[in-house]
Amino acid sequence: MFKKSLLLGISLSVALISGAALAQDPVSIVYIPKNTGNPYFDSLVAGFEDACKELNCEFTMAAPATAEATSQIPFITAQTQRGVDVIAISPNSPDAMNQVLDRARSRGILVLAVNGDLVDNYEHRDAAILPVDFTKTGPGQIELVGSMIGYKGDIAVLSATTDAPDQNTWIAAMVDSLKTNPKYKDMNLVATVYGDDEPQKSTTEAEALLQTYPDLKGIISPTTVGVAAAAQVIQSAGKADEVKLTGLGTPNQMRPFIKDGTVEAVQALEPL
Amino acid sequence: MSLITKFLSTLLHRREAGIAVMIVLLALVVGAIQPRFLTLETLRIIALAIPLILIAAMGQMMVLVARHVDLSIGSILAFSSIIAGIMFRDLPEVPIIISIIAAIACGAALGFVNGVIVTLFKLPSIIVTLGTLSLYRGLVFLVSGARQVDPQYIPRSLIEMSQTSPIFGIPWIVILAFVIALLTYFFLDHVRLGRQIYALGSNPVAAPLRGIKVVPLTILVFTMSGALAGLTGIIYASRFGYVNPGITGVGFEFTVIAAVVIGGVSINGGVGTVLGTVLGVILLGMVNVALPLLGVSAFWQDVIYGAVIVIALLIDKSVRDRSARALAAARSAA
Repeated sequence: MFKKSLLLGISLSVALISGAALAQDPVSIVYIPKNTGNPYFDSLVAGFEDACKELNCEFTMAAPATAEATSQIPFITAQTQRGVDVIAISPNSPDAMNQVLDRARSRGILVLAVNGDLVDNYEHRDAAILPVDFTKTGPGQIELVGSMIGYKGDIAVLSATTDAPDQNTWIAAMVDSLKTNPKYKDMNLVATVYGDDEPQKSTTEAEALLQTYPDLKGIISPTTVGVAAAAQVIQSAGKADEVKLTGLGTPNQMRPFIKDGTVEAVQALEPL
Repeated sequence: MSLITKFLSTLLHRREAGIAVMIVLLALVVGAIQPRFLTLETLRIIALAIPLILIAAMGQMMVLVARHVDLSIGSILAFSSIIAGIMFRDLPEVPIIISIIAAIACGAALGFVNGVIVTLFKLPSIIVTLGTLSLYRGLVFLVSGARQVDPQYIPRSLIEMSQTSPIFGIPWIVILAFVIALLTYFFLDHVRLGRQIYALGSNPVAAPLRGIKVVPLTILVFTMSGALAGLTGIIYASRFGYVNPGITGVGFEFTVIAAVVIGGVSINGGVGTVLGTVLGVILLGMVNVALPLLGVSAFWQDVIYGAVIVIALLIDKSVRDRSARALAAARSAA
């Protein structure tokens, strides 16, 4: 599904660029995911490669080692210098890159936000390609965890970094649906903690949640690193029956935990 | 009476006293605010946060004592971890112990390279290992194709090492960490080669005159640091249950160096004890667990974490100054 929209998005930008620039050379596209080695973006990169093969454009991938707000800036600058035609980016921050993106665009580079948008800074990119309706992810997670705990009890969120734009969008939507939907009136969000998408920190935060809130019924972790760490913690503590875990995890990451019953259900996070 | 005061004053004048006081104070303060901190379960969580830092800290401590520094350990950890992970995934018929040995050997090899570059070209280790920090991380991405080794490939028995053991249910990795600390203590205090590291760090110019083979000893120190970082890579796979090329061990060197320096190891070489380093690691482990337990907001956690490091260094310095003064006074009296 998402690969198709990716293909569409890229062909559209290729059309735009070649129309405007009369380029003889093939259109060059760079994709900057949040960080390297993040399994979620593997399939996105594969999608780009497929689409670029089909459309005969030149594709490269460049990404920072860590998913910090400012870590993508040098990569955008370098690609702008290199003179690519299209920068596709899955932003680590909704606003930290405004200036560098503007500079890229002033040089005629087309900027695409992929997978996550520059929330409230839409004027700094040309278009966005989003895999799912982001407004449905948060409420979807609340419904999933609610159905596991009988719509009653304390829940907590284990997120990525404090300024991760996607996660913050989802968490805001979760808070909103807890407040407004009477179905969830007996569910209580007791804490939102941040594991910084780091295994050690995520593990410590998950352990602290179990310790601090002995009555905790559910944990939502809308990030692959967090949900894996929380699953490992719940499994080690033998609390799979007391604390229900859900979140966004890649199928490969979550397979062993679903098999051994630590996790009942997650929203599969893999662009297909 | 005078015997007790004498005992207490020797205790207080030991370099480790400041950090020990800090640990007790921290436990009391945090326990008073959040009684759940003083439970067996918290002790277990802190104990589990320690081995990763402690094992690598033993290596880093030796490097600092030799008046060098090893900034590349986070990437060495990741390389060893990903090699073991790839072996688990692609060669499942190979016994786990072989993969573990391979990981440690890879770590030792990368550490050896650090040592050779530092000694052969007489370059400052801070620059060399800053370079290899990046170089080795690049190797991690190359050998793994920038893809992570997923949890399904990590052997159950390895993960269980982080969960329990027949010895009072204390996880194996915790026992292993303290065994390594004991071995390091024995090596540094009772083996000639170990003692020579102190001599080398105190005065690198005089060391050859005292019959110390500086080049092989320096290479050995970096090789041991690499091997221990490699072992830490295995612990990492055991504890977190998967190996990601991008996030594994990133920034790890800062945590380890902070713990070692808090433990009273001098960055000017020649000074440092295993006991102090162990206490430094325990203090950092406690702070890491205490902050989320107290419900400190994510923004403040970094601030407080940094403040604790600075305060620990200040307390350590005041203890050292006091014992130096006491020593000077004793000398002038005699």
